[in-house]
Amino acid sequence: MSDLLEVKNLSVSFRTPQGELEAVRDVSFSVRAGEVLAIVGESGCGKSVLCRSIMKLLPRDAWIKGGTVLADGTDITAFGQREMERLRGRLFSMVLQDPMTALTPTIPIGKQIAEAVRVHQPRLSRQAVRRRVLELLELVGIDRPEDRCGLCPHSFSGGLRQRVVMSIALASGPKLLFADEPTTALDVTVQAQILDLLRDVQARLGTAAVLVTHDLGVVARAADRVAVMYAGKIVETGTVEEIFYDPRHPYTWGLLRSLPARARQGEPLYTIPGMPPALIDPPMGDAFACRNEYALAIDYQQAPPMFPVSDTHFAATWLLDPRAPRIAPPVGGGFHG
Amino acid sequence: MADILLDIQHLTRRFRLGRTASLLAVDDLSLQIHRGEIFGLVGESGSGKSTAARCVMNICRPSAGKVLYRGVDIWNPREFRANRTMLQTSRQLIFQDSASSLDPRMTAAEIIAEPMEIHRVRPPRGSLREEAAFQLRYVGLEPGCLDKYPGQLSGGQRQRVAIARALCMEPELLVADEPIASLDVSIQAQIINLFQHLQAEHGFSILFIAHDLAVVRYLCSRVGVLCRGRLVELAPTGELFDNPVHPYTRSLLSAIPIPDPRLERARVLTPFEPDGFDRAGELAEVSPGHLVLQGGGGV
Repeated sequence: MSDLLEVKNLSVSFRTPQGELEAVRDVSFSVRAGEVLAIVGESGCGKSVLCRSIMKLLPRDAWIKGGTVLADGTDITAFGQREMERLRGRLFSMVLQDPMTALTPTIPIGKQIAEAVRVHQPRLSRQAVRRRVLELLELVGIDRPEDRCGLCPHSFSGGLRQRVVMSIALASGPKLLFADEPTTALDVTVQAQILDLLRDVQARLGTAAVLVTHDLGVVARAADRVAVMYAGKIVETGTVEEIFYDPRHPYTWGLLRSLPARARQGEPLYTIPGMPPALIDPPMGDAFACRNEYALAIDYQQAPPMFPVSDTHFAATWLLDPRAPRIAPPVGGGFHG
Repeated sequence: MADILLDIQHLTRRFRLGRTASLLAVDDLSLQIHRGEIFGLVGESGSGKSTAARCVMNICRPSAGKVLYRGVDIWNPREFRANRTMLQTSRQLIFQDSASSLDPRMTAAEIIAEPMEIHRVRPPRGSLREEAAFQLRYVGLEPGCLDKYPGQLSGGQRQRVAIARALCMEPELLVADEPIASLDVSIQAQIINLFQHLQAEHGFSILFIAHDLAVVRYLCSRVGVLCRGRLVELAPTGELFDNPVHPYTRSLLSAIPIPDPRLERARVLTPFEPDGFDRAGELAEVSPGHLVLQGGGGV
């Protein structure tokens, strides 16, 4: 399998009155054709900024400090907005978090989808556009598309709206879909349906997806590979099985242990002590060190490199160094609830 | 049986939508909350959970039915006037979104002290500021946060300030409307622990409204399930999760995400169409304390 997207040593910073905020720090990852990569992390860890910097949808006060982005073999790091416009939609598109605000409330959904189709295929006849719109609606599992494409977004529930948003993202047949918290605004009963739809569409069209989320349940359901982000860095990456059954980074342990679904009633939940560090002038060494109960002296001085665990599994923690003491991981081996 | 703190009797709330249409947000809801218990109210968005909470807090007038708090009919104007201070101090509300429920122009200290000023409560620890500092420490925040504005605090810290504001009145009933939905996983765990710890220490009752069933299972002692405004099932937590009877409850339980890839992918959703469900019928007891909506067209 070839790499559809390859990000190398990407750093993104924001200008703030307090100084430079390093939102993404030296991040490298790749997405292969047809796979779903989940990026997990707490709010403020830089996962959304990472996606937006690849799409070049950053606000004015942010800039890419360094690194390269290779999309389908071409280096797009230096691309301007005009060149990016040609890529957006064709090569990658985006599903936003909140389907309530992503759609225009006063325009029928059929027309909104047609707009996306026409931008990429301006020569298409009116009948062909309509056919394509109905085809897209069917693809995302909306039944009776002929009756429904004339309705405005307010007559749809949140789940159906998110399906419409997804059909717009798929209108141009992108090779890579960025989904930024696609289920956060939805009910639990609808969440799984949307994730299954994402997997189904992705398998049928061979689209790769980058799924940004803070919800480990979402990751467990939909991801092939996982990248765990903390304070602007990827701290662990591996297949979904490796991350859930054999996690190696203390932050991943902490995330998994703090889930109420894994706790027994009556016992207090595990919490990660402290707060994430401010990314204006980030701390020396490992940013997680001061919250890490397994921290070693070196963690406070030098940031750990990515240690390989297997061919697909990497973690940035000094605990994997051959000189480090052996520690039995507090989680892993699956769910005991 | 513990004594009853809050008694909701046949609570109904209808919202008018235009001239003819109306929406039945809460439909004949009856339930009791005992002293010192954490009661979970669950359901999808639009199931009437928040409307029920607002009726309990004198924010939204019920169309029919009664709410008795410590035996006082809170929607009877005469009884309300006679017990105003008691009602307004011993019931406290925590909202979902602390970014919009805290005044952005007040510091944390001012926010926490405001209810004491309004009710002219003499702060037990000397000055209002010292009381605010005590409450802040109590919910696990550093005194350095006292002079910060909500915009300078993180989501978890803001939610703690909102909890501290509710606690400074020493409430007996805390109504928490999705208090952790907008927080990150690791912060969620801290707030859940805080709730559990505070409840054990103070012994107050909590009406905990949530859509995250994993949290409800962990935290609550009894759970009520709302579907389109109708209470369809009410049971002790263990019983509800082990033996769900109503098809809507089963469907909700089947929707709980499992943070384990193999189990999660094997999980099958039990579909349930809430539009066509049979809302007639009455709650019948299937086992001690376990009530299920039955009858009408049959479940």
